[in-house]
Amino acid sequence: MLPYSWLIPCFPLLSFALIIFFTIKKPRLSSLVSIGAVALSFLFSFIVLVTVLGNPVTSEFKINWLDLPGFKVEAGMLIDPLTAVMLMVVTIVSMLVQIYSVGYMAGDSRFSRYFSFLSLFTFSMLGLVLSNNFFEIFIFWELVGLTSYLLIGFWFEKKTASDAGKKAFITTRTGDLAFLVGIFLLTTTVGTLNFQEAFHQVESGAISSTLLTLSAILIFGGAVGKSAQFPLHVWLPDAMEGPTPVSALIHAATMVAAGVYLVARLMSIYALSVPASLVVAIIGAFTAFLAASIALVQNDIKRVLAYSTISQLGYMIMALGLGGYTAGTFHLMTHASFKALLFLGAGSVIHSMHTNDIWEMGGLYLKMRTTAITFILGSLSLAGIFPLSGFWSKDEILLLALNKSPIFALVGLAVAFMTAFYMFRLCFIAFYGKARDQHKFEHAHESPKVMTVPLVILAFLSVFAGWVGIPWLSKGYSTFVYHHEVHHLEPNFILMLVATFVALSGIYLAYVIYYKGTISAERLKNRFSSIHKLLYNKYYFDELYNAIIIRPLFKLADFLFKKFDLGVIDWLVNAAGNFTVFLSWFWELFDTYVVDGAVNGLGYVVRGTGAGIRKVQTGQLQNYAFVIFFGIVLIILLKIF
Amino acid sequence: MSFPILSYMIFIPFLGIIAVLVLRKEQVQAIRWASALFSFIPLVLSFFLLAHYDSSTSTMQFVEKHTWIPSLGVTYFLGADGLSVPMLFLTALLSFLSVIASFNIKFRVKEYFAFFLLLEVGMMGVFAALDFFLFYIFWEVMLVPMYFLIGIWGGPRKEYAAIKFFLYTLFGSVFMLIGILALYFTSQPHTLNMMELISQAPLLGRGFQLIVFVAFFLAFAIKVPIFPFHTWLPDAHVEAPTAVSVILAGILLKMGIYGLLRVSLPMFPKAALYYALPLALLALINIVYGALVCMAQKDLKKMVAYSSVSHMGYCILGISALTVTGVSGCVFQMFSHGLITGALFLLVGVLYDRAHTRDIDAFGGLWIKIPVYSGVMILFCMGSLGLPGLSGFISEFMVFIGSFPVFKVIVALAVLGVVITAAYFLRMIQKMFLGTFNTKWEALTEISGRELFTVIPLAILMIGVGVYPSPLADMIRATLENIVHLVTG
Amino acid sequence: MPSLYHYLSLSALLFCIGIFGALTRRNAIGILMAIELLFNAVNINFVAFARFIDPQAIVGQVFTIFVITIAAAEAAVGLAIIILIYRQHKGVDVDKVNIMKW
Repeated sequence: MLPYSWLIPCFPLLSFALIIFFTIKKPRLSSLVSIGAVALSFLFSFIVLVTVLGNPVTSEFKINWLDLPGFKVEAGMLIDPLTAVMLMVVTIVSMLVQIYSVGYMAGDSRFSRYFSFLSLFTFSMLGLVLSNNFFEIFIFWELVGLTSYLLIGFWFEKKTASDAGKKAFITTRTGDLAFLVGIFLLTTTVGTLNFQEAFHQVESGAISSTLLTLSAILIFGGAVGKSAQFPLHVWLPDAMEGPTPVSALIHAATMVAAGVYLVARLMSIYALSVPASLVVAIIGAFTAFLAASIALVQNDIKRVLAYSTISQLGYMIMALGLGGYTAGTFHLMTHASFKALLFLGAGSVIHSMHTNDIWEMGGLYLKMRTTAITFILGSLSLAGIFPLSGFWSKDEILLLALNKSPIFALVGLAVAFMTAFYMFRLCFIAFYGKARDQHKFEHAHESPKVMTVPLVILAFLSVFAGWVGIPWLSKGYSTFVYHHEVHHLEPNFILMLVATFVALSGIYLAYVIYYKGTISAERLKNRFSSIHKLLYNKYYFDELYNAIIIRPLFKLADFLFKKFDLGVIDWLVNAAGNFTVFLSWFWELFDTYVVDGAVNGLGYVVRGTGAGIRKVQTGQLQNYAFVIFFGIVLIILLKIF
Repeated sequence: MSFPILSYMIFIPFLGIIAVLVLRKEQVQAIRWASALFSFIPLVLSFFLLAHYDSSTSTMQFVEKHTWIPSLGVTYFLGADGLSVPMLFLTALLSFLSVIASFNIKFRVKEYFAFFLLLEVGMMGVFAALDFFLFYIFWEVMLVPMYFLIGIWGGPRKEYAAIKFFLYTLFGSVFMLIGILALYFTSQPHTLNMMELISQAPLLGRGFQLIVFVAFFLAFAIKVPIFPFHTWLPDAHVEAPTAVSVILAGILLKMGIYGLLRVSLPMFPKAALYYALPLALLALINIVYGALVCMAQKDLKKMVAYSSVSHMGYCILGISALTVTGVSGCVFQMFSHGLITGALFLLVGVLYDRAHTRDIDAFGGLWIKIPVYSGVMILFCMGSLGLPGLSGFISEFMVFIGSFPVFKVIVALAVLGVVITAAYFLRMIQKMFLGTFNTKWEALTEISGRELFTVIPLAILMIGVGVYPSPLADMIRATLENIVHLVTG
Repeated sequence: MPSLYHYLSLSALLFCIGIFGALTRRNAIGILMAIELLFNAVNINFVAFARFIDPQAIVGQVFTIFVITIAAAEAAVGLAIIILIYRQHKGVDVDKVNIMKW
């Protein structure tokens, strides 16, 4: 079965082609094609998962794609437990999101195109997950970037949307630069693009530790871009301009997790470089904290979720940096289910309220019961409440951090507290309390079945998906997906209790402020106005980048073009031309007065003499002939006599 | 090979010129179709060339050799190897498509097509000639029709552009002539046969090589163009009519690179090694500088023109590395840039014909009004900015991975060009195709079937090479290995 | 039996008439006719010399044929030019045809 896994990404690709070339005019059919394709992929992925569960080894299938001297580029697949899990995550979320989109995007003028892009994205993401070498993963890495760009800017009539798409593409591509250079550095040193071969080479010491660290950090740059880690995190909140299901699929569950997946995939390399792992862990922890703090004060429901995503991705990255292959990917999996759920829930709310601002919502529990319940379940899972999915995965990370370095555990707990707080701030404001915008409230309604059913399924997953990783299970997630030796840490009850307490206190604080109103949010805001302002403006990162990178770059471009290219180089060229023209003008004068003067002088002399002799010239041909004839006769006569 | 296929490819367009000249100038349709026919035949022949090319050897194939001016040792010597076959194919393809794209020329049609076919003769000849005398003749033959094509059918500043182009290129050609003479008088016995000169190259003194290399380099650098000899390019590209811009970007720029690979590397191996680093630095400047300048452009065509400067930098970088992968990347980039930029110019022309402006800021939201055009344009922009799966990516990747072991820092910096390229293309896409629809363009019509026909083959090839590059890589490998071997020993 | 000198005399006479005509006529056709006389004078010379110096070799006769041929061609071209001149100037007086004169 495994050798046919290449079919998994092919179904969505086929569906993309079908929609673009044949069914673009038939929206209903297009959506069916797209969903059918991803359902097939899901089926195949499921079979792959079952196969791998039965025999958890790493299998590789490859063909030669391009022969370069001393360098083979392959097209291939690498299937191991991690791949199998990722295949499931991608196909399930993609399928549910596509079903949901049928309701959410109903009536959109570019409905078919939307589904074709989703198919293209699913294809690229599945290809990325299956890649067995650096070249291939980079190709799909860029392709998911492209589809992300297309989908963020899907409603491109909105300037903010097209801006956001552009920003996302360019920001992630900046990270990809580092990724690319890292790939070059690593692969040209070890002489292969293939993951497995490269790992063997690295393990056998084919690359010096300095170079290894450097290339590992550079490659991590790609993950920083894609997974929106500090300092390239700025694109993800803006990416919320895209349709909400897209945010759920691409910017919460799958594509942004690609960075995490990349680091996990290259664990063999990071495991060998302590400094690189440390950089990864610090960036992850810092981002987790930074983004969570921004999320505390945002008012746009999707932006809160976006910052939450960044924060959670930081969590995963931190886990990987600490060597937690299992913990990081486990959290990736659970996070995919509950964050997709939260985004789709938010989408459901936005669909009925036509606003993103949480302060225009309120009391929605009464109107949209399914959405509200599933959303709250998702929030609980994200906050890490026992016994939901998020609890187990978060606990795994905290346990790991505690064993490796307590500072990271502290950061983790702080982030957990903030997470619980901002999620329930959102829940209390949006779903409880009084309706703030009566008009919108009256028009609110529960979303159609096609949207709520995916919510329910995802809610189910958010609750139970984490159970595969319950630490007491003898054959759980950590024995299935692991790296080299089993990192099985003894479960720590105290930590579990502390984590739960922290999460509950976060929820309680949100309850007190936003539900009971015992502590006034306004007064808190005024009290800490400078901090609030800083957080509300996202630490001014956008402004900072604008001032130190983007504007100078445009200025430089303008300078180079107007001042340098036109002003210097072209000026020199034109100056050379003008100088030549000047020279020729000068020589013309010289010609006229000196050379021509001499010539003309000669001419005058000749003319003077000519004037005398010209009398002879009658202009009559026959006169000349007469002269010639008699001349000849004269000569003959002279000769004779 | 008894059938002189190369001669046919070169001189069938010449028959086309005669055919066009014989027709009366009122018979516009006949002139168009005759030109299309006479540029289509070389395309068909080029398929034979591709099919019969034996990629296992680096020796010249399809050779034709006849004495011509025995007293000077000049021969009529044609041949093709892995380097010239793809270029001949590209020339035949782009010429044919450009002729089709030129059907909308209304002014002095007869002369236009006659000049155009003459241009094709010159281009084919340059890629097939193996005798310096012949090479130089074809090289100069291209110049004249190009001058008139820009100068008569060009845009508002056509005279300036045409003269600038002509003088710039002629300036370079003169140096090449000096170089050719220097080689002629150094060789024993005196010869202009390129193959002969290559085999004698190891005998040349280092000092001599260093000097003559520069003479040839000037000629080729102006053609490529390499910074700081690039300023003719934006003027010529922008002022030239669409089809001529396509040829300029698609073929003429490649001649500089072709010359470097055909002449400079094998004939001056010591100099090539000596100048590798400066060349790589120039390449870096080309890439980053060209890309930055693109960002400052308001005129769509000028942006595409400057993007060529940037993209040619990758070629130079690949050459300077002197590794087989790098040089293969260079040839890939030549081929792929010909496809992509050719198509971009065609598409810019399509829009200009309708809107009569190329100001990027003047448009907006065109994707709503003309979705097919926008889709195709965005596809080619993606190709140009190096999206994986399209040919531009393969070539950039090969150039980078080929030159990285040699110039680590330079490549790391050159990668910056990739992001800047993405930035200016996305900025252009956003301003023109996304955003709210500018109702000023309500009357804009969708791309026509004929226009679509001119870009579809390019799109297919772009995707084909991007997805399955092996055939092209196999075709060029033996030849390039030989060239690199000649230099590095 | 006429001797060579008779022929030469005849030819000299013809030549002189021809020269006179060519130098004095103002009418282009007249000039052309006079030039024909010159040719014929020469032709007579050729034939006469051929006959009297080496009767076996017919070089002179052959050459005469050539001259006659050329003369015919020349007359044709000349007349064509004259006709064109006539159309332009409504006359064939060579003095009037001075447009090439500076």
